Amino acid sequence: MSPDSAPAAQEPDIPTAHAAPPGLLDLFLAFARMSLAGFGGVLVFARRAIVEQHRWMTADEFNETFALCHFLPGPNIVNLSVVFGSRLRGIAGGVAAFAGLLLPPTLIMTVLAIAYARFGDLDVLRRSLAGISCAAVGLLIAVVFRMMTPLLKRMDPLALILMLGVFLAIGVLRLPLPAVLLVAIPVSIGATYFLRRKVAA
Amino acid sequence: MNAENPIWALISTFGLMSLFAVGGAAAAVPEMHRIAVEVHHWMTDKQFSDAYAIAQLSPGPNVLIVTLIGYAVAGIPGALAATLAMCLPTALLAYYVSRLLNRPSQSRWPGLIQAALVPLSIGLMAASALILVQSTDRTIAALLLTAMVAVIASVSRINPLWLLLAGGLFGFAGIV
Repeated sequence: MSPDSAPAAQEPDIPTAHAAPPGLLDLFLAFARMSLAGFGGVLVFARRAIVEQHRWMTADEFNETFALCHFLPGPNIVNLSVVFGSRLRGIAGGVAAFAGLLLPPTLIMTVLAIAYARFGDLDVLRRSLAGISCAAVGLLIAVVFRMMTPLLKRMDPLALILMLGVFLAIGVLRLPLPAVLLVAIPVSIGATYFLRRKVAA
Repeated sequence: MNAENPIWALISTFGLMSLFAVGGAAAAVPEMHRIAVEVHHWMTDKQFSDAYAIAQLSPGPNVLIVTLIGYAVAGIPGALAATLAMCLPTALLAYYVSRLLNRPSQSRWPGLIQAALVPLSIGLMAASALILVQSTDRTIAALLLTAMVAVIASVSRINPLWLLLAGGLFGFAGIV
């Protein structure tokens, strides 16, 4: 589950204005296509389709909308589909993009779930899946490492302590997520606020 | 509100969880594991790590691991219920917030909150990695494979799909 972290490197801005607003079917199909192309993270494909291919939004508008979806809870790319769709075509557009993003892969996943329930005990499949799991965890570790690098470089003690605290509470002590976040989020926001005020003063 | 009804359990579990999924799907993996394996015993450890692998390997948003969990609990209705419960509440929230913030504001709060959330979501994802290592890497060979993929993915820009398939081949060959 690679995070849809920051938008990829900045392309040169495309100065052209918007294309005409897409039809509902266009929205559905566009999101279905980027969803099915997106192995391990749909964001890169979303950006390419929306900004470069269809020109439904400028790069700036895309970044702004993405920042909003990233800061809200939930699967970022799902939030993104609804916000994009509704900005372009109202509520119906939001529904079309949401359905396009989720319907095809959910169907595929359901078929895989049925296959797993029936054949998951086959030795060949068990072994192959075990190997894929190992690799998948390795990918996640690489993503965590990449995200951690800027914090380590800045030696930002507050961020490092908070990161370590959440890691221990969830990963080692296995505390429930809501309880941990109800403490960690206010602490983090409060501390960040006071630190920034001190810097500004 | 029947506690025995598995569909209702799925909807309430994932609906609530989605609101706490700060930092996306990967950050919610420990909570999914805790609920599905430790609290409700919906799946074994092995089934959970298989589900994670399948979700990584198939197209679409990675959050769809909940589809597999839902199917394990209650078949096709469970798969659909879990998926919608995980995706719909926050999508509605995003819709309303984006309408509120339609005009760009000069407020520094969004930036501040986002900066405050970054270390938390990294900590959550690191916890995901730890929990998955514990349920996946039960042999030295498996641990080595994970470490190798982590290093390769960190230093190169190779498409992750190739690494997943290579892992599958190692597994198929009986090495891990």
